[in-house]
Amino acid sequence: MHIVDGALSAPVLVGGAVLAAAGIGLGLRRLTIEKIPAAGILSATFFVASLIHVPVGPSSVHLIVNGLAGLVLGWAAFPALFVGLLLQAVFFGFGGLLVLGVNTVAIALPAVLVHYACRRGIAAESPHGAAIWGAVGGGAAIALTAGAVALALALSGAEFVPAAQLVLFAHLPVMAVEALLSGAAVLLARRVKPELFGLMQAEAGHA
Amino acid sequence: MAAVLDGDDHDHAGPIGRVDPRARIVAAVVFAVAVVSCRQPAALGLGLGFAFALMLLARLPVAATLRRMAAMDLFVVVMLLTLPFTMPGDVVFELAGFPASRQGLDRALEIALKANAVVLALLALVGSMSPVTLGHALHRLRLPANLVHLLLFTVRYIDVLHQEYQRLRTAMTTRGFRPSTSLHTLRSFGYLVGMMLVRALERSERILAAMTCRGFAGTFPLFDDFRLGGRDWAFAALVLSACAMTVAVEML
Repeated sequence: MHIVDGALSAPVLVGGAVLAAAGIGLGLRRLTIEKIPAAGILSATFFVASLIHVPVGPSSVHLIVNGLAGLVLGWAAFPALFVGLLLQAVFFGFGGLLVLGVNTVAIALPAVLVHYACRRGIAAESPHGAAIWGAVGGGAAIALTAGAVALALALSGAEFVPAAQLVLFAHLPVMAVEALLSGAAVLLARRVKPELFGLMQAEAGHA
Repeated sequence: MAAVLDGDDHDHAGPIGRVDPRARIVAAVVFAVAVVSCRQPAALGLGLGFAFALMLLARLPVAATLRRMAAMDLFVVVMLLTLPFTMPGDVVFELAGFPASRQGLDRALEIALKANAVVLALLALVGSMSPVTLGHALHRLRLPANLVHLLLFTVRYIDVLHQEYQRLRTAMTTRGFRPSTSLHTLRSFGYLVGMMLVRALERSERILAAMTCRGFAGTFPLFDDFRLGGRDWAFAALVLSACAMTVAVEML
């Protein structure tokens, strides 16, 4: 989900850049020295996960898993996902340069919201209960991302409103895919390595 | 695949490869602002021409780079295709009873030209340097040090984790896994992503331990010997005049 340069109006671009800078700043403040290696390696994991294509009928979708990123990284998801988008733009030509702020907000803000909405659910007693919250977070993050992209388009011009509505509908299957997949990922991680969640919240030492 | 995945951390040679990385990053941003602020097809066409020239100067493989430039998300393509029908204006033709407007066609062309010109210039100016050089240059351009460290760690491990992903996929394939539209596929991919996260975390623990052993105190020295020379100023003048020409054509 990368908007290209040239479509959005200047106020939307500037607003996106300001919000992105604020989010990255907040994320970096929580990213203490000993957490940077873990955050970088998890950021690389999410970058690789976005290369995975899942078949949907005759076509396929690539993963975004920003919900999962929010659950694992919390506010650090903002700088981590920004780094991913920057590398994708510079080396793969995905998206654009001036829209980087808008694209970052569209992907990372839902991740942070999911972190706050689901962090207690993820810590549930049973792994299955946690998996349900993981699925809720995974689906909600995509819905919010699609909503943010649609909003950025609609704010830029009335001619984009039909396209914005299309974005929302087109993401219904992606939402289902990401919800089920994130649920399964949380189920496995909770059984094998429960400390994966709440990693970035932990105070000192253990990164 | 691009430098990030190849572990190809060589800076490309060629006239652009010899220009200071900081100047190239700033040039890409200035060029993007100039192109995005234009609206006339002539100015945008000129901008795309300049971007093409930059690609040649950067000695990037032409066919692969153009393919990368033209690749867009499906939804952007759909958006461009629907614009002629969603913008009111003078009707040019009708498709299955839906009128297409000249204004809509112009707008779609405008966005396509801008998007491609910016991406092509970005690939030529910044995509032709190694990810590590990019990190160091961004640091010198006053990006926060911990953001640069995060970038460098990410770049360092994308390749490693991609190989791990391929090992896990091979293991799944040998056990008869074939992706399809099914709950089983989603669960398997979910376990795959979960496993990758678990392994990444364990790997990061080993890495931090090894780095602590070697006296890691939270930052690495960011070496660079960037110095703006005559070549860099000449390059800056060249890009600025290209931007000025593009904007001048717009004003005509």
